[in-house]
Amino acid sequence: MTLPSRCGVAGALLLALAMPAGAAVQPATAPATAEARAPAGDPLDELLRELARRRHAHAAFTEVQYLAMLDRPLESSGELLYEAPDRLEKRTLKPRAETLTLAHGVLSATRRGRTRTVELAAYPQLAPLIESLRATLAGDRAALEQVFSTHLEGDLAHWRLRLTPRNPDAARVVKAVLISGAHASLATVEILQTDGDRSLLSIGPELSP
Amino acid sequence: MTRSGWTGTLVFAVAAVLAALVAAHAGYTADLSAFLPRAPTAEQRLLTEELRAGLASRLIMVAVEGADAAARAQAAAGLARRLRADPAFVEVSDGELDELAPTAEFLLRHRYQLSDAVTAQRFSAAGLHAAIGETLDLLTGPEGLLVKRLFTRDPTGETFHLLDELDAPRIATVDGVWSSRDGRRALLIAQTRAAGSDTDGQERAAAAIRTAFAAAAAALPRARGSLVLRLSGAGVFAVTSRAVIRAQVLQLSALSAILIAALLLIAYRSAAALFLTFVPVASGALAGIAAVSLGFGVVHGITLGFGVTLIGEAVDYAIYLFIQTEWRRSAWPTIRLGMLTSVCGFAALVPSGFPGLAQLGLYSIAGLAAAALVTRFVLPEWRPRLLHTRDLAAFGGALGQALARLQRARLALVAVAVAALLVLLANRNTLFSRELSDLSPVPLADQELNASLRADLGAPDARYLVVVSSADSASTLAGAEAVALRLRTLSAAGIIGGFASPTRYLPSPATQRARQASLPPPAELAVHLQQALIGLPVSARRLEPFLEDVEAARKAPLLTAHDLAGTPLGGAVDALLTVNGGTATAFLPLTSPNGGELSPAAIAGIRAAAEHAPPPVSGPPVFARMLDLKAEADDLYTHYLGQAVALSLAGLGAILVLLIVARSPARALRIVAPLVLAVLVVAAALIAVGQRLGILHVVGMLLIVAVGSNYALFFDRLAQHPPAEASRTLASLAVANLATVIGFGVLAFSSVPVLAALGRTTAPGALLALLFSALLAPRSAFASTAAAPSS
Repeated sequence: MTLPSRCGVAGALLLALAMPAGAAVQPATAPATAEARAPAGDPLDELLRELARRRHAHAAFTEVQYLAMLDRPLESSGELLYEAPDRLEKRTLKPRAETLTLAHGVLSATRRGRTRTVELAAYPQLAPLIESLRATLAGDRAALEQVFSTHLEGDLAHWRLRLTPRNPDAARVVKAVLISGAHASLATVEILQTDGDRSLLSIGPELSP
Repeated sequence: MTRSGWTGTLVFAVAAVLAALVAAHAGYTADLSAFLPRAPTAEQRLLTEELRAGLASRLIMVAVEGADAAARAQAAAGLARRLRADPAFVEVSDGELDELAPTAEFLLRHRYQLSDAVTAQRFSAAGLHAAIGETLDLLTGPEGLLVKRLFTRDPTGETFHLLDELDAPRIATVDGVWSSRDGRRALLIAQTRAAGSDTDGQERAAAAIRTAFAAAAAALPRARGSLVLRLSGAGVFAVTSRAVIRAQVLQLSALSAILIAALLLIAYRSAAALFLTFVPVASGALAGIAAVSLGFGVVHGITLGFGVTLIGEAVDYAIYLFIQTEWRRSAWPTIRLGMLTSVCGFAALVPSGFPGLAQLGLYSIAGLAAAALVTRFVLPEWRPRLLHTRDLAAFGGALGQALARLQRARLALVAVAVAALLVLLANRNTLFSRELSDLSPVPLADQELNASLRADLGAPDARYLVVVSSADSASTLAGAEAVALRLRTLSAAGIIGGFASPTRYLPSPATQRARQASLPPPAELAVHLQQALIGLPVSARRLEPFLEDVEAARKAPLLTAHDLAGTPLGGAVDALLTVNGGTATAFLPLTSPNGGELSPAAIAGIRAAAEHAPPPVSGPPVFARMLDLKAEADDLYTHYLGQAVALSLAGLGAILVLLIVARSPARALRIVAPLVLAVLVVAAALIAVGQRLGILHVVGMLLIVAVGSNYALFFDRLAQHPPAEASRTLASLAVANLATVIGFGVLAFSSVPVLAALGRTTAPGALLALLFSALLAPRSAFASTAAAPSS
């Protein structure tokens, strides 16, 4: 009897506030021509196959967030851990300890000894941010294309993948996710928001497991 | 017709018209509530009433099954849209985001009155520094996208804190609508305007949902015919129960009347006699309804169902009249005594606190007395001079011979008695049912659907709650806040899963004032903010909206229940806070960590939280205590079960005393022994097939004694009849017994547990009572029948 509306999780409510009032729901963007049908030897397939061969990864990261309302960018750093196919952990060590874990579609955030859990499937709006990284690391093309339209540039040695959210709710907030890398190593993940704010995650050298 | 016959008929006619008038103006109810135990204290009664009409009872859980996920989601969304346009529903939720906006807006607007984080410390320079720092952390996390828009208005994150506190259940979503965890059902929740106790209103609401679903499904030609709608909830159960009870009372009464009529037609070979036989039955039913209506103000549908049982016994009187020729001299005194023993037995039920039992008792007393009086004083006068019924003396004679032969083996009854006692003894700890839910007429499949939907939607079953009451709502809310503070500790420790409180959306006036008072005036806040932002990447000029919002909150009027009216939160507060006369009551429903039962330790913790919360500093006294509604209901049920057993024993005692006075101690024992044996054997048989005895089984046993005493009394006097008449008496007993077994046997097939329990106990019991009475009758009893096989 918490609320007769069972109005769901805090995030969903927040989203109700966060969405521009009265914004019309845009129809999902049509699939980009690039991925209309992959011919044999499709570069994206090749890249994803290479990525999929990687079963785990452990690297340092630094993240810089540029928010218009803040006087200076926010910097944080820590470690990224990945276990194929669906466990991803982002351990922020500085400036404050915080751990984000994605395991089997459940996202949990732990800070100051408190853990908040969210089922990703219930949040088509949050899903792109998390799924972009996970599906790319896993080389999971089906999952990737379910959430994004994709556009690949460059060659295997220097590739750059542009992901645009299909979900209209998500597209209202996130303009695109740009991932760059070399072969099976990711170098940067950049999230561009529709309001001009952005974040840049730089992935450093591999740490010993 | 004689002069006294005219008098009798006149009295009968006047009484019948009066009774018919009373019955026509009686109130009838068919929901199960009137048949549930009446809570012993006025306070508990009030609670039960409020809970029955409260929020949990107004929720209808709706599931759409079949076709594919997309079709289900579309149908559910279409259904929700149609229902939202229907004023019969306060609210329809299906997970659609737009529906959440008013709630979120309200929380944002009133955050400084609603958030328990608002203290003077939080708005000091240090407090602001920490709070804004935390919000910045959120800003960089995955929730950042969501928090960002609010940051300049709410940099201390009160809105996020409030939303976090809502502790709403996690419901899976598929294609934008709620879904069951296995993904096979699309779900939504409709809150009806009609109270849960308003069965007519609930029935209309359920019908509206079905109509809207049909329209929504028709709009999806691809999935037409493959989509299935399923409804569940307390109100839906009430509607189902009522429909089941209503249909069965009609069907079963009609069926047993037809079967008994067929039996009598074979026995009498006279349509006129058949018609006359039903006159006392109908008179009895009418008298019973009138008496219950006068005595209780309202007649329960199930009580009418017991009309079937009355057919079983009242029909006997006329059978004796038409089959036995020496009616007035030999039969009537026996029937009179038999009727009085039955009345004694049923009289014991009248003082029961269980409304159903009391109604059954009164109904039976009035019905049997009326039926017997009509049979004695009216029917013989109407009996056409030329009414010829078949002479059953030959049949009776043959029966007598058979029974005389069977009597030789009556020592075997000792073995039967011992076996029955052994079965009962072996199961002595599990003889009685202790769960009130055993009385529910809702089919098991429906109950399982309800449980699974409840789990998927995280809907509360309002089993555990803390109740806080005081003379005014301000004190009640303050009391609820004190309890909630302690419950939060239990929740944080994982001892309880969570709880709801009206104070979450409507804090007490004292708390609201304290929160407003802790907000600094503009100049002071600006200074605090300047200091707080040192070292943070935010400049004060960006937080102008924050300063404006705080100043507005400082001057805002107190939030009242009135402000919440019309919002979803208003619905929640209405359900959790009721003001009734001079009492305001707050309900704080609790859930267990795993959705199951609370551990004894958790219950002890909650009790302590409720009972040791600090008393208010001023104002009227506040009372708080924890309730486990299921345990309370089961306790009540057990209590009334015990009472039913005690009352039935008292009834048996009364019958024994009556027989001792009317006959002799030895003969009284001889009359009662076969009845007690029949009860033991039936009880043992029910236990042996895995039934647990409930209240209605106990009542059924009382009925065995009440009905069976007639047979025993006749056998007791059989030897004194002339041979032919003894044979006819025996035949009339057999026919009467068959009629009774048919009447109750039909009930045994009911899907309404109370009716089925009664039938399954009394039908075999009545048969055994006749058999055992015959076997234990004096050896001389069948001498005359055996000597005169035909006459």
